Amino acid sequence: MTVESTAARKPRRSSGTKRTASAGAKKPQSSEPQLVQLLTPEGERVQHPEYDIDLTAEELRGLYRDMVLTRRFDAEATALQRQGELGLWASLLGQEAAQIGSGRALRDDDYVFPTYREHGVAWCRGVDPTNLLGMFRGVNHGGWDPNSNNFHLYTIVIGSQTLHATGYAMGVAKDGADSAVIAYFGDGASSQGDVAESFTFSAVYNAPVVFFCQNNQWAISEPTEKQTRVPLYQRAQGFGFPGVRVDGNDVLACLAVTRSALERARRGEGPTLVEAFTYRMGAHTTSDDPTKYRADEERAAWEAKDPILRLKAYLENEGHADAAFFEELEAESEALGKRVREAVRAMPDPDHMAIFENVYADGHALVDEERAQFAAYQASFADSAPEEAK
Amino acid sequence: MAVQKLPLAKALNESLRKALETDPKVLIMGEDVGKLGGVFRVTDGLQKDFGEDRVIDTPLAESGIVGTAIGLALRGYRPVVEIQFDGFVFPAYDQIVTQLAKMHARALGKIKLPVVVRIPYGGGIGAVEHHSESPEALFAHVAGLKVVSPSNSSDAYWMLQQAIQSDDPVIFFEPKRRYWDKSEVDTEAIPGELHKARVVRDGTDLTLAAYGPMVKVCLEAAAAAQEEGKSVEVLDLRSVSPVDFDAIQKSVEKTRRLVVVHEAPVFFGSGAEIAARITERCFYHLEAPVLRVGGYHAPYPPARLEEEYLPGLDRVLDAVDRSLAY
Repeated sequence: MTVESTAARKPRRSSGTKRTASAGAKKPQSSEPQLVQLLTPEGERVQHPEYDIDLTAEELRGLYRDMVLTRRFDAEATALQRQGELGLWASLLGQEAAQIGSGRALRDDDYVFPTYREHGVAWCRGVDPTNLLGMFRGVNHGGWDPNSNNFHLYTIVIGSQTLHATGYAMGVAKDGADSAVIAYFGDGASSQGDVAESFTFSAVYNAPVVFFCQNNQWAISEPTEKQTRVPLYQRAQGFGFPGVRVDGNDVLACLAVTRSALERARRGEGPTLVEAFTYRMGAHTTSDDPTKYRADEERAAWEAKDPILRLKAYLENEGHADAAFFEELEAESEALGKRVREAVRAMPDPDHMAIFENVYADGHALVDEERAQFAAYQASFADSAPEEAK
Repeated sequence: MAVQKLPLAKALNESLRKALETDPKVLIMGEDVGKLGGVFRVTDGLQKDFGEDRVIDTPLAESGIVGTAIGLALRGYRPVVEIQFDGFVFPAYDQIVTQLAKMHARALGKIKLPVVVRIPYGGGIGAVEHHSESPEALFAHVAGLKVVSPSNSSDAYWMLQQAIQSDDPVIFFEPKRRYWDKSEVDTEAIPGELHKARVVRDGTDLTLAAYGPMVKVCLEAAAAAQEEGKSVEVLDLRSVSPVDFDAIQKSVEKTRRLVVVHEAPVFFGSGAEIAARITERCFYHLEAPVLRVGGYHAPYPPARLEEEYLPGLDRVLDAVDRSLAY
């Protein structure tokens, strides 16, 4: 069976939800290009001539567990923002397959450069989910040790990290290591000069890096049509390396395609661009209001392609998981939610002197001077009697 | 031989050579730094001796140069990147300000970014637009960066060594019009601290504070003033972030007058910050307001006008006279 028969081949937007505003503008491509798919939205396993994957029932259940727990964590974080415990949250809802599939393709010695939405990849790397919440609560700007899990800090400036990934990969090659590096970014970032420059540098130096673009169709309020007139994966061709579009809601395809790209990098054959075609089911962040710019019908169409439901259908149909598995996972999810909730609520505000910490590695006279002034200023309040302090 | 008389550019070249020899993690990156040896030949011969893997000709993309240098630093390398001219650093400004300067703090100190960004800067060479600017204040304003500028060959050699050894990102401004000026370099000396100023001429009536290309102008001004019986002290600041305010304060408490000289526009320039802080520190010592001599609030002019735009001997002496008139 080929991908032709699957729902994912349908036009991405129905006529009722098409939002291309510019009158008379031709649609950039006459038909949507094929994408690599191994599991249909209905949960049917299909073959692809170039990519295949053979997973045990346990591995399949593992991917399912990763996606369910990631979604549960994500939902908890959204709720914590609504409760005022977090200042902001950038939900990954809908992108679980892209992140778990690519994240589980990595080896321990590979290195990840994420955006600020790669909660599922962080999960795969073993970064404690509560570590991700510090920056969204406002107690730090990241703060985990990137080298503990080979998972770099979240980068908020769009596309900057693709260059860091490329430089890191150049270093890997210089070291003669066979590790690979993966750079995450989105459809919006594809317009950034840094992303184009990272394509140039990685191609010229044949750096072992995989560019993993989650095309979730929306850069806040701007649809992909505002970023490109060609399918994003085709950009790679002009830089001299392969690009491939994968069904971003198919965890098996994302795993297979990423694994292949990483192996290619390890063999010294240079970069690959993977475009994971997916959908941002939620708002850009908790500060965003998608009802102002996109139609409910579009979201509904993507709900039918949900990454978790399709793997669940496959697991059930194949008898790879029983009711007890799903019940246990449900309990594990709730326990994770509870743990995250309690951890965030218990997260203390940083000491006010932290403002001056780690500005420099080797110190700086001005920082020393201002730290001392600030400490003296703060101490002037501490000196006052408790009743006056009220 | 430990003591040699070298042009400033050659001193930088020797310093880079030493760094490449000493530390296998040091890399040189930039446009035309390989076979050509850089447009000012600062990296001359280095690729031939250390290979294309360590002296790297990059694509013409400044953000890419600094962005990949950050990635290499994260992998454990110590990249020394060359921005070809001052006015071309701005495509990299985003990477320098949002990433290079802040990543150490973002990681709560768990990672370090030992990256040196070398920038030939300043005017006086009759160049076209974007080749004569002095953007040091734009970097000094950013916490997380250190900013230095040598004025002579010895400092060029040693300050670059120290910048490369620093675990912080350093923006290293090279006074391009002094590249060919020769002075003594002792490669076996014990260097002073990177961010400390140095008194290069003693005086009692007034302090001239400068760095990079303006130190020479200030020394000439001090010599001319001496002929008129005025004793002018000249302070080579060497570092713009941090500024060695203690050294300026010490000098001003003696001379009671301060004129700050730089090529960069005076508006929101480093002289403004120095004037404010020295006024706070030395209010009761000062006999005159702190004066500034520098560029005007105008785009760097075409070459035929740059002598009028740049602070030269006469404009510095005019400021000396104005200060002494209080």
